[in-house]
Amino acid sequence: MRLVVDVSHLLDRFRLEVAFEAGDGMTALLGESGAGKTSLLNVIAGLVRPDRGRVVLDGDVLTDTGAGRFVPPHQRRIGYVFQESRLFPHLTVRQNLGFGRWFTRGVAANGPVPADIVGLLDLEALLPRHPSKLSGGEQRRVALGRALLAHPRLLLLDEPLGSVDVARRQEILPYLDRLIAELKLPMIYVTHDEREIEGRASRVVRVRQGMKVG
Amino acid sequence: MTGWSAADVAVVLLSLKVALAGTIVSLPFAMAVAAVLARGRFWGRGILNALVHLPLVLPPVVTGYLLLRVFGRQGAVGEWLEAWFGVTFAFRWTGAAIAAAVMGFPLMVRAIRLAIENVDHRVEEAAATLGASPLWTLAVVTMPMALPGILSGMVLAFAKALGEFGATITFVSNIPGETQTLALAIYSFIQTPGGDASAIRLVWLSVAISFAALLASEALAHRLDRRRR
Repeated sequence: MRLVVDVSHLLDRFRLEVAFEAGDGMTALLGESGAGKTSLLNVIAGLVRPDRGRVVLDGDVLTDTGAGRFVPPHQRRIGYVFQESRLFPHLTVRQNLGFGRWFTRGVAANGPVPADIVGLLDLEALLPRHPSKLSGGEQRRVALGRALLAHPRLLLLDEPLGSVDVARRQEILPYLDRLIAELKLPMIYVTHDEREIEGRASRVVRVRQGMKVG
Repeated sequence: MTGWSAADVAVVLLSLKVALAGTIVSLPFAMAVAAVLARGRFWGRGILNALVHLPLVLPPVVTGYLLLRVFGRQGAVGEWLEAWFGVTFAFRWTGAAIAAAVMGFPLMVRAIRLAIENVDHRVEEAAATLGASPLWTLAVVTMPMALPGILSGMVLAFAKALGEFGATITFVSNIPGETQTLALAIYSFIQTPGGDASAIRLVWLSVAISFAALLASEALAHRLDRRRR
């Protein structure tokens, strides 16, 4: 996997001007909250069209403002685990998990969920429930599973441990480690806390006020 | 008061048929227009919005007259529909349903539009990252999430259709057994010497039906809401 990002986009308080490359394994985007990390993920996912710039994934030009090219998010096959879980409130956990599979592979959304993902994220007991009945950590795990089951080429994780209190981090962290070890899915991990990525990230991109600083 | 006459029952059944048909026919159009108004960004959005709300502020007689000119036997659309599909609206219950649909349309669009605007756009973004195109997202995320609003819009339009008077009488006249709905029947009874007893029976009945419809929609919305909380 090779992701090339070079964008310039005006945000509320400053201009986001970042160029970086990411390869296999985990690439960490590290910076204070409000540094523009989430905006960067939105640009990569295609949820935001940058003022200028390019996003290229494995030679596939997803955004190129110069050439007027823009692949809409639903055709990018880039998984995104948002800071808030953004689960579908009207669907059960099983249907939430099946959502992406149905659109990317035509598998019935209500069908059995692959056992490896259920096992990896420990979702079995949650399947028949509605998202509103889950704890914050459980919602994160479902959101993670939902993104994985859409078979993305790249996974974007926005503060997957943010707004989960320290005691509850153990509900997610071990699962993330298993994910990195077993699925070998390239991912971009956004965080403000260096400790989360120590020993996990193979590459760190530091962002401050919309600029890459290391 | 000595119970219901066959004529009363016929009036009620006809009214329910007209209101139900009007509501169901307008539903897909109302959903489409509401979605466009809620999520679309295009030139002329304000004009479309004003057009949709027109039946709410126009004198119903004017709406009825316009319907007559468009859907009547000699009307642009009416003539064409009769020639090709053998469907007639003028002086038929189907015309009354059209009138009901048009008059209830703004209420339905308004309720659905508000419900769509209340759907968290970020959840729609999540659907996009999972491979759902904008149209699919609308169908499987936005509309289901807006369902309570859609139902309440349908109930409002249905209630409006039951009470519709001006546009109906102008467009399809007041023909017992064909276009004489509750409101028109009450009007006729009031105009007829000795018709008061019948009028009062129908008045109470229409109050009861409208009240039941509102209660039902509340209960339905409440249940949907609880399931998700």
